[in-house]
Amino acid sequence: MAKKKISLLKEFTKGLWDENPVLVMLLGLCPTLAVTSSAINGLAMGLAVLFTLTASSTIISSVRKIIPKEVRIPTFIIVIATFVTITDKSMAAFQPILHKSLGAFIPLIVVNCVILGRQEAFASKNNVGRSIVDALGMSVGFTITLTVLGAIRELLGAGTIFSLQLMPDSFVPWMVMILPPGAFITLGLMIGATNWINARRER
Amino acid sequence: MKSAKLIIVLTLTAIISGAILSVLAGITQPIIDEYQTDVLKTAVGDVLPNINSYDIKIIENTKFFVGKDRNNKPINVAFEAVGDGFQSKLKILVGMNLDMTKILSIKILSQLETPGLGTKIETDPGNKEDDAWFGKQFINLNTSSSLTYLKNEKPDKSKGQIMAITGATISSKAVIDIINATMAINRPLFTKEVN
Repeated sequence: MAKKKISLLKEFTKGLWDENPVLVMLLGLCPTLAVTSSAINGLAMGLAVLFTLTASSTIISSVRKIIPKEVRIPTFIIVIATFVTITDKSMAAFQPILHKSLGAFIPLIVVNCVILGRQEAFASKNNVGRSIVDALGMSVGFTITLTVLGAIRELLGAGTIFSLQLMPDSFVPWMVMILPPGAFITLGLMIGATNWINARRER
Repeated sequence: MKSAKLIIVLTLTAIISGAILSVLAGITQPIIDEYQTDVLKTAVGDVLPNINSYDIKIIENTKFFVGKDRNNKPINVAFEAVGDGFQSKLKILVGMNLDMTKILSIKILSQLETPGLGTKIETDPGNKEDDAWFGKQFINLNTSSSLTYLKNEKPDKSKGQIMAITGATISSKAVIDIINATMAINRPLFTKEVN
């Protein structure tokens, strides 16, 4: 462990910007592109990931010393799948309408590489406290990015944000924004903007 | 000895996970089932006008919801029609009169069509007057001949015609095809049983 210990605050904020899972590391793009046709969908997906990632990181980091490294990946996947199923079932029971609109993407959180990536890169090497902070930072970064992406697409594609009418009645919705190409275009512009800001900061 | 440890760790993880999930399923499954029954109940009420209650009748593995009036006399019938849409499975509840010559109303129970285009079969937020206009076209639609769709022409209900959605002809056609196909199977099944 030659790596210098960084402060807990830094551990949290790195997920928001410097190592933002979507905009910088480009992880978990499949659900990002697929579910963000509206702000509420992006937020719900983000919260589902927040719960799964934080819970998985807590468990993995607390048992990290007894998991043999040969079976670490299957163990991670079982733990993650358990929490995803908990999320999926609870959502179906208590938020059926939201669950219907997120459809197949909740079960697919199991294979979201943000989550597996954090277990492999962080939780399996750090103590519980640090892992929780790291997981929270990453998932909050993920949630904010998805919500913003969803909000932009919803605003241009339907004239609303969180179903609130924001555009004047004369506004003609850009259909393309809520279709898959709109996801690619918006995400591309957001990644571009992130890189541009980072490049300017370095100078 | 090394491999024994691998087996033990993985087995234990799976057992704990299974135990947690079975407890969870025990808690949530009844709520999910209840919600789905509720949804179906509301939907049957939506597609069968003027009913007081309904019976579920199963004829050769096909479920029919027979609507009854206050005197427990059957007055109409509903069934589920399932088939492929443009990119997803469509599940439609169809309410009809007893001899199945007229659709009373339909309701899309589930669909995952193209957002903003195919989803208009269920709701069309772009249409400010009536966002459910597509489904409402089926109210009192004559089905003595197969249903057909038109574009840019005024449809005639007595001929079983409806207007397709601009930009979502395949989804519109899928709804009609699914209803036509299911009707063709269910009509002889149900009318034979009732008469």
